[in-house]
Order: sequence, then structure tokens, then C-alpha cells
Amino acid sequence: MDLKEKLVSSFMAFEDGLDLDHPVHEERNIAIKNFETKGFPTKKDEAWKYTSLKGLQKIDFSIFPKQETALEYKDVKKYFLHDIDTYKIVFVDGVYSSYLSETTHDGVDVCLMSSAFSKPMFQQVIEVYFNKAASKDESLTSLNTAFSKEGAYIYIPKNKMPKKPIQILHLATGNEAALMLQPRNLIVAEDNAEVQIIERHQSLTSNEVFTNSVTEIFAGKDAIVDYYKVQNDESTASLVDNTYISQKDSSVVRVHTFSLGGKLIRNNLNFYQNGERIDSTLKGVTILGDKQHVDHHTLVHHAQPNCESHQDYKGIFGDSSTGVFNGKIIVDKIAQKTDAFQQNNNILLSDKSTINSKPQLEIFADDVKCSHGCTIGQLDEEALFYLRSRGIPKKEAKALMMYAFANNVLESVRIPELKARINKIIADKLGVRMGFDL
Amino acid sequence: MLEIKNLHASVEDKEILKGIDLKVNAGEVHAIMGPNGSGKSTLAEVIAGQEEFEVGEGNILLEGEDLEELSPEERAHKGVFLSFQYPVEIPGVSVTNFMKTAINESRKAQGLEDMPANEMLKKIREKSEMLEIDRKFLSRSLNEGFSGGEKKRNEIFQMAMMEPKLAILDETDSGLDIDALRIVANGVNKLRSKDNAIIVITHYQRLLEYIVPDFVHVLYNGKIVKSGTKDLALELEEKGYDWLKEETAV
Repeated sequence: MDLKEKLVSSFMAFEDGLDLDHPVHEERNIAIKNFETKGFPTKKDEAWKYTSLKGLQKIDFSIFPKQETALEYKDVKKYFLHDIDTYKIVFVDGVYSSYLSETTHDGVDVCLMSSAFSKPMFQQVIEVYFNKAASKDESLTSLNTAFSKEGAYIYIPKNKMPKKPIQILHLATGNEAALMLQPRNLIVAEDNAEVQIIERHQSLTSNEVFTNSVTEIFAGKDAIVDYYKVQNDESTASLVDNTYISQKDSSVVRVHTFSLGGKLIRNNLNFYQNGERIDSTLKGVTILGDKQHVDHHTLVHHAQPNCESHQDYKGIFGDSSTGVFNGKIIVDKIAQKTDAFQQNNNILLSDKSTINSKPQLEIFADDVKCSHGCTIGQLDEEALFYLRSRGIPKKEAKALMMYAFANNVLESVRIPELKARINKIIADKLGVRMGFDL
Repeated sequence: MLEIKNLHASVEDKEILKGIDLKVNAGEVHAIMGPNGSGKSTLAEVIAGQEEFEVGEGNILLEGEDLEELSPEERAHKGVFLSFQYPVEIPGVSVTNFMKTAINESRKAQGLEDMPANEMLKKIREKSEMLEIDRKFLSRSLNEGFSGGEKKRNEIFQMAMMEPKLAILDETDSGLDIDALRIVANGVNKLRSKDNAIIVITHYQRLLEYIVPDFVHVLYNGKIVKSGTKDLALELEEKGYDWLKEETAV
């Protein structure tokens, strides 16, 4: 049985124990039908031209995670940002781990989708927001919607801000030979609310994991949301991350994506600007080696006047790794005075690595500022010589240059400890120790 | 200190250095002058170990040791320093952190521990004051957005920090106004000692009014065609290089 058939035929079993009268369930029914019709995207789909899911579909993934596996905090501590205090929503093989988590209902709600689906106190928020930003058309998003049951639920009421950043951590134990996970996150920051979120997927063994994640983020008027995606997984872990962001007037949403490890990563990052004076920031650092593959598909839809978007993606590709950047910007006819900026710079470290970079601009307004730029090159030999002539060995000098290359993405990280952690991951990846904290 | 014997170097099969002989003793300052394209910067980079150049015949000896097999970083560890004509920008790495890395890498190569932080700070303060460098400047990203003059002053600051045995200043005067030139030259003069040697590469005699050389060499078409004392620089200033071209053509 191929993976599609397996998923479709599992849907009935999935329904067992769910409240079938819940309004959300109707959405699941519609979604599974859409997935059944469309199936997994193939290379014939323009948006999937450079990323093939064929190999993954041949793997016999378990679809239903078993019971929670107990993990000792000390064994997984390194995957947390542990040097600062944070709220934590932790899942082990897709099952919520209360032991590793620290949730709250003190003024803000930092808890679980399963609670939000089942408890009456959350019903109104679910009705207003659930599946309202996510695509009803895209088949993998539909697949996730169909199986939506668990994930992080974060609700920040008007004028509130959680006391500390929130970490969402998905751990895979490897108890299953191959496991498919479909977390569903909902993040709502009401008017003038503020929140910082760090999300990470981490496999603990080299058993295959395939995560198809959907996150919906809603930013009310004047809200500020910072979302950091740390993608530094094992080389047997694949991730399709579908993130949908809906912004209202004068809100600021910044998403940083650090793609530093994994087998196949596909980021579908979609911004919808449903108000004026909105600021959207999309930044990414990608550093790959081996046969790793990362595909960034971004969309910024400017639907109202006087908004801005800033995209800056840096990629460094070694060995036989492959990268894709496809940045789509739509400016509606009424979205005058839009200021949309997009930049994608890449360094190829080896003859076997490749990058496909494509800006895609659809502009229907006539008074806008849209700029885009893309570069693909090698490390500058003259700069390398400069550093080496100061006594810095070749390897360290290269690392320093790569760091410098990725720097303007890192400098907008607003949690210093996270920035330090990312720098450390990068330094480890490059196999260097600098004489100072990068 | 430095002995260059019959040095040939080429890039992409084009020979640029065609047999250079040069001897620089400790305590001396040598100036190398010459028209554009004569091979001055190539000579500087070949000494520092730029791998882009193919070194054919000849040797470069530093304190009797042949540098041929050594990488640029190993040469730096042995005390070779090149002040670049076009210093490179490194965003996100401050001048201070860059210097810490450079100094500690050299110490590591010599089997020494990292320089203690307070000692490092003291040294940075001392050397930056000597070159009249603002403290704020040291926390800026290396060379990023620096003016031409700031870049050159920063090169000499690095030289002061690294205390090389052999320093090669490649057109350090270009891009400097007269005040900056004076500060940079004063800095270089303070770094002169009986134990080190300096090679000043320049187009113009102007810098040599401040950094007075013991010897002046004229490099033309990949060879040193004339050597003399500082008076040779004055002669070149007055007559230009055309007479040399004619002389060597004959």
C-alpha cells in the first residue's frame, strides 16, 4: 500500500474517539476528500518542480503514534533553549509530554490543540481562527487538516504579552522504524499583543521521520509576533512546514528560519496582509552538506495599501546538497504604496551542490516599490587570503566568512540566547571554535 | 631577515615576477616603487603566500627558512604581515574580536595559551591610542562601511597588534588625506625597531617623507631595475618613470 492509500484508509480509524459533531470535524472531512483527490504533489506541479516526495512515499510510515514514551529531561535538554526561562510545549512522537512541558493559563493560554478542540472555553477562538488562514486547496495542508488533533495552541489576548518566550519542541524517539507526524499549531496574538516563539523538530535516532506540519498565525492590530524555526534535524528526518500568517493593521510578524540539517525540508511560508501599515519579515539561513535538500517557498500577498515586506534568505551549500528558493510576491491593485523587498544570496562550496533561485513577482498596483535580487557565487578567495594572512587557519577563515555572509539574518534575532545557540550550531557544523562568541 | 633570490611568479601562465633579488636586514626599511603593473602588489602577495600565484624558480627566505611550502597563515605565525591595498569587509565580526582571533591563532601555533583578556584589552587600548583610533571604531564590523582612510589606519592598527617581524605595506598611502597619512606614518615609525623590517610599497614619494626608507628599489616589468638610497625616490618624483622605461629598453 502506498502512503496516500494508507493515510486515506486510516482516516476512519483516526475518527475513533473524536467528537464527530464538533464543527472542526466537518473541516477534517472536507480536507481528507481534497487530499484523496489531489494526492501528494509531484514534480509535475510547478511549485514542486525541484522537490520530490517520491522517495518518502515508499517508506512504510506509522501514522498513529503510540503512547507517550518517557524521556528524561537531561537526555533531551540540549534541544531546548535551556539557558533562559521559557514556556514549553513538548511532544514526544506526536503525543503531548506534560512532564517535559511548562504551559500556562495565567493571562495568556499556552497549551494544546487537543485541549482547545475539546474544552468549551476555547471553542469560540477555534471557530473564529481554526483553518481560516490555512489553504483549503493545497493537498499537504489538507492532509494535515484532516488529521489535525494535536499541536501547540497559543492565545495571547489584547494588550498582553507572555512573561517569557515559548518553545514548541517535537521530539521523535525512534521507537517506530518510521514515523509520520502531523502537528497542527494555532497561534493568535490579539490587538497589541506580543509573543516570541521558537519551534524545533528533533529526531533522537536515525530512524525515518516525516513531519507534515501546519501552523496558523494570526496577528491583530499592532500585534508583534516573532517566530523562529530551528531546523537542525538528523539526516533521516524530513519536514514539510506549512505556515500561514494573517496580519491586521500595523502588525509586525517576523519569521526566521534556520535550516541547518535534515534530509528533506520544504518550507511553505505564506503571509497575507489583511490591513494597512503591516510589516512582514521573512529571513532564513540555510547551511547544508551531504545530500541534504531544502526548499523555501515563500509567498507575501500584499492585499492592502501602505504595507512593507522584507525577505532575506542566505544559503550555503556544500557537498551534494541542493537548495531551492522561490519567492512569490503578489501586490493587489488596491495595494498602493507597497514596499516589498526580496533578496536571496547563495554560496556554493562544491561543484556538486546546486541552488535554484526564482523570484516571482505579480504586481497589479502601479505605485509600488518592489525590489528583488539573487546572487549565486563562491567564497571570495581574496577575502579568504586576507583572513589567512592574519594567521587565521583556512578552515576557521572560511567559517568566519560564512558567518559574515549569514550575519544580517542573525542580527535581527531578538532573543540573544537563541542567537548564541544558532551561532554555536553553525560553528559546530563548520567544525570550528572561534576565540569569541560569534 | 628577508632574502629573496631570483624569484619568479606567474598567474595563469603570465609571468609577472621575472627574477627578483632582494635582501632586507632586521632594522631596515625598504621602499619599493614603480609604475602601475610592474608587479609590486604581486611581490607583496607572493611573500605573504597568496596561492593564486604560481611560484616558479627562486626562493623566499625568512630568517633563513624557505617559505615556499608554508600557507599564508603559517607565514603570519612566523611574523609576516601584509597591510592590504584593498582590505576586505567582514560584516558581523568586530575589529576587536577579529584581532583576538588573529592573535590567539598565532599564539596557538606557537604553543602558547590564549592571551589573557585583560592583557588583550590593555594592548588594544594602547595601540588604538597610538593610532588615534576612536574606541567606538573597534566595536564596528571589520572594514564594513569604513572610509578608505579608516581601512588603512585599521591595517596599521592590526600591524601594531600583531607585532610582525616583517611588515609589507602595500600602498598604505593611497586613499589617505594628509592628516591621516601623518598619523599612519607616525604609527609605523613607532613600530620600527632593530628587530623588525618593513617594506613600503608606494607609487609616490609623499609617504617616504614620513617613513624614511634606508633603501629604495624600483620595480619595473617584474624586475628590480634600480636600487639606491632615499634620494632615488626624490629623483623618481622629479623625473617620473619614463626615463627608466627607456633605460631598461636599451
